[in-house]
Amino acid sequence: MEVLVILVPLALGLGLVGLLGFLWSLKSGQYDDLEGAAWRAIADDEPARETPSE
Amino acid sequence: MQATRDFSHYVRDAGAGLRHIDLAVEGVSCAGCMSKIERGLSAIPDVTLARVNLTDRRVALEWKQGPLDPGRFIDRLAELGYKAYPFETESAEAAEAEQSRFLLRCLGVAAFATMNVMMLSIPVWSGNVSDMIPEQRDFFHWLSALIALPAAAYAGQPFFRSALSALRTRNVNMDVPISIGVILALGMSVVETVNHAEHTYFDAAIMLLTFLLVGRYLDQSMRRRTRAVAGNLAALKAETAAKFVGPDEISQVPVAAIHPGDIVLLRPGERCAVDGTVIEGRSEIDQSLITGETLYAIAEQGAAIYAGSLNLSGTLRVRVSAASEATLLAEITRLLDNALQARSRYVRLADRASRLYAPVVHATALLTMLGWVLMGATWHDAIVTAVAVLIITCPCALGLAIPTVQTVASGAMFRAGVLLNSGDAIERLADVDHIIFDKTGTLTLPELEVTDGAGIPGEVLRLAGQLALASHHPVAAALAHAAGAKSPLVGAIEEPGQGVRGHIDGVEARLGRPSFCGAEQLANDRASFDPEASHVAFSLGDAKYVFSIRQALRPDAKTMILALSKRNIGVEILSGDREPVVRAAARALGVSEWRAGVTPADKIARIEDLKRRGFKVMMVGDGLNDAPSLAAAHVSMSPISAAHLSQATADLVFLGKPLAPVVAAIDYARKALHLMRQNLWLAVGYNFLAVPIAISGVVTPLIAAAAMSGSSILVMLNALRARGVAQGDA
Repeated sequence: MEVLVILVPLALGLGLVGLLGFLWSLKSGQYDDLEGAAWRAIADDEPARETPSE
Repeated sequence: MQATRDFSHYVRDAGAGLRHIDLAVEGVSCAGCMSKIERGLSAIPDVTLARVNLTDRRVALEWKQGPLDPGRFIDRLAELGYKAYPFETESAEAAEAEQSRFLLRCLGVAAFATMNVMMLSIPVWSGNVSDMIPEQRDFFHWLSALIALPAAAYAGQPFFRSALSALRTRNVNMDVPISIGVILALGMSVVETVNHAEHTYFDAAIMLLTFLLVGRYLDQSMRRRTRAVAGNLAALKAETAAKFVGPDEISQVPVAAIHPGDIVLLRPGERCAVDGTVIEGRSEIDQSLITGETLYAIAEQGAAIYAGSLNLSGTLRVRVSAASEATLLAEITRLLDNALQARSRYVRLADRASRLYAPVVHATALLTMLGWVLMGATWHDAIVTAVAVLIITCPCALGLAIPTVQTVASGAMFRAGVLLNSGDAIERLADVDHIIFDKTGTLTLPELEVTDGAGIPGEVLRLAGQLALASHHPVAAALAHAAGAKSPLVGAIEEPGQGVRGHIDGVEARLGRPSFCGAEQLANDRASFDPEASHVAFSLGDAKYVFSIRQALRPDAKTMILALSKRNIGVEILSGDREPVVRAAARALGVSEWRAGVTPADKIARIEDLKRRGFKVMMVGDGLNDAPSLAAAHVSMSPISAAHLSQATADLVFLGKPLAPVVAAIDYARKALHLMRQNLWLAVGYNFLAVPIAISGVVTPLIAAAAMSGSSILVMLNALRARGVAQGDA
C-alpha cells in the first residue's frame, strides 16, 4: 500500500493541472465567444496574427 | 456645410501606442462572414488586431495610433456588405460579464474538487465493506478535507454572500438553507474525521455546490446574452446628431457626446435624438413615438421638441436642453419611478418556494435530532443523523429546477424572436389573462407604407418612386420603398413643403401635396374614404394619381388577436391617438374594447383598475408615453423599434414585423411555468422518499451522493422539454 504515497499525490497533481489549465483558458478569454470558436476550428488556415491574450 | 463623422467618443487607449474600438456588426452569422471580415479589416495598414466575436456579433479592432480614422473600418465593412456601428460597453453589461466569469471559475474549482474527493470516497465506500484498515480510511478522509474545505470556501462564495445579504434584511432565500447545509455538513465531517469515524460528507457537500453552480451559471449566462443583444441593438440604432462645431460646420457625433447648450441640425427625414428647443426653422414633425398621436405637429421657433420626434419637411436648428440619458418629460419620469417600485414587490417562484422550504427542512432536522435523543441515542449520533437530513434535503434539485427551465425556455424564445430583459418575466408572463396593446408602432408598423399601391398601374408607381427618391420626406421614402426604386430621377427639384418635380421623357412630373400637383379633387375623395392616411399626389402631364400612405397594421395582427382570444386572454387597445383612427384599427382587428386619446396617467389608472379586479395585465407598447404603463403592468413587452426608455422598461422585447412572437412568448412561458412547477414537485417528491430514510439514520454518504445526483439529473432532463411547444393554432 506504500504505492499510495506516489499515486495519490500524482492523481491530485494531475487534477490540479487540469484546474489550472481551465482557469488559464478562462482568463485568456477562450470562453468569450463559444460560437465563433466552434467555427474557427474548421476554418481555412489564415495568415498568422496576434491573439487577444494580453 | 460639410458633415464629418466623429468617433472619438468610442475610441479608447489600449496602451503601447495602440487604439481600440468595438463595433457592433449587423448580419454576421457564419464562419464565412467571420474570416471575410477579419481578413478585410486586417488588410488595412496599421491594424494590429481584428477579431470577430460571433456570439456577441461584435468586432474588436486595434490599430497603431496615427492618422488612421476609425470611420474607415465602418466604410470597409460596408464595402464587404456589413453594417457596423461603434459600440460602447455599458457598465451593467461589463458587470454581468465579470459575474459570469466568476461563476465559471467557482464552477471549475467545485467540479475539480468534486471529482477528486469522489476519487477518494469511492475506495472508502467499497473499503468499508472489505478490508480497508482504519488508518487508510482516516488518511483518505484527511485528504478529502484538504481538498473540499478550501474549494468550498472559494466556490461557495456566491451562496454565502447572497445568504448573508438576505439574512441582513431579515429575509430567507434559497441560499440560506444551502449555506447552512454545506457549512454543517463540512463542519460535521471535520469533527468525524478527527474522531476516526466511518462516514464523512465531504463529497456530498462539494457535489451539492457543483450542481448548484451549474444552475447559477445557466441563469447568469441567459441574462448576459440578453444584455449583449440589447447592447448591440442600442448601437445599431446609431443615435447620432449633427452638431454645430462652427458657425457653418457640422459634425455627426454620437448622442452620448452631446451636451446641453449644444446646437444640432435636424434635417428632413431625421429622427431627433435629443430634447431641445427650436431656435431656427419651421417644419412638420411626427411625434407618434412620444405621444401615440399620428397627426403631425408644427414645430417653429421656440417650440419644444423631444427625442424620438421625426422631422418631416423643413430643416430645424435645435438648442439641446437635455441629451441621451436625461431625455424625458418630468411627468413620465415620476410615473415611471412609482410604477417601478410597485414592480419590485413581485416575489419570484423560487423565493416563494424557499420561504416555505427552509423552515420545514430545518424543523425536520431539529425534530430528528431531538427525537433520537429522546429515544436514547447519544448526542453525537443524533447530531450526525440531523445533519444527514439536512444534506439529503439540501435543495440541490430545487436550485436547478427553475434556472434550467428558464435557460431552455429563453433559448427557445430567442429563436422565436423574443428577448428577455428579466429572468422572472417568464413566470409573470405565464399568468397573463389580459393584454393591453398600444396602437401606434405596436399593432401598427412603425414605418409608413403605401396602402393602395395595388390599384395603381405598375409603370406609374415605378416613375413616382423614382421621383420620390429625390426627396427626403419620410412619406416619399415610403413611396420609393413600395416602388422598389433604385435610382432617383435626374434633374428633379425639391420645393420645400410642397414636393418634387422633374421631367420624364419631356413630360412634367410632380409628386407632393395634392395642391402642388393640382389633384385636390381626387385627394378629397380619397380623404373621405380613408381619413387617417397621408395623401400624396403624383401628376404626369395631365394624368393624376393619389397614393394613400399610412402606418399599416402588422401583417398578422388579426390572426394573433384571434389566437389570443382562443387562449382566453382579453385584448384591449389603449392609444394616445385620435378617436377615428383608433376606432378604425379596433374594427379591423375585431377588438371590442378600446379607448382613444389616453394620457400616460390614464393608462396607468386603467391598469391599476384591472389589477384590482384580479386581472394579470400585460402591456405591449412602444412609445415614450407607454414607459410608465409598461412598468405598472404585471408584465410588459415592447417591439424592437420602441423608444429607448420603453425598451429598457419592458420585460420582453420582440423583433421583426409580425406580432406572432407575442403569442409564441406566452406559449413558451406557460409551458415553462408548468415545467418549473413540475420540477419543484419532482424535487419535493424526491425529498418525500429520501427524508424518512435520512430520519431513520441509515443514510450513508453513498446513498446521499447517489440521491443528490439522481434528482439533479432528473430535473435537468425534464427542463429540456421546455424547448418544444405545440404550435397548432398560434
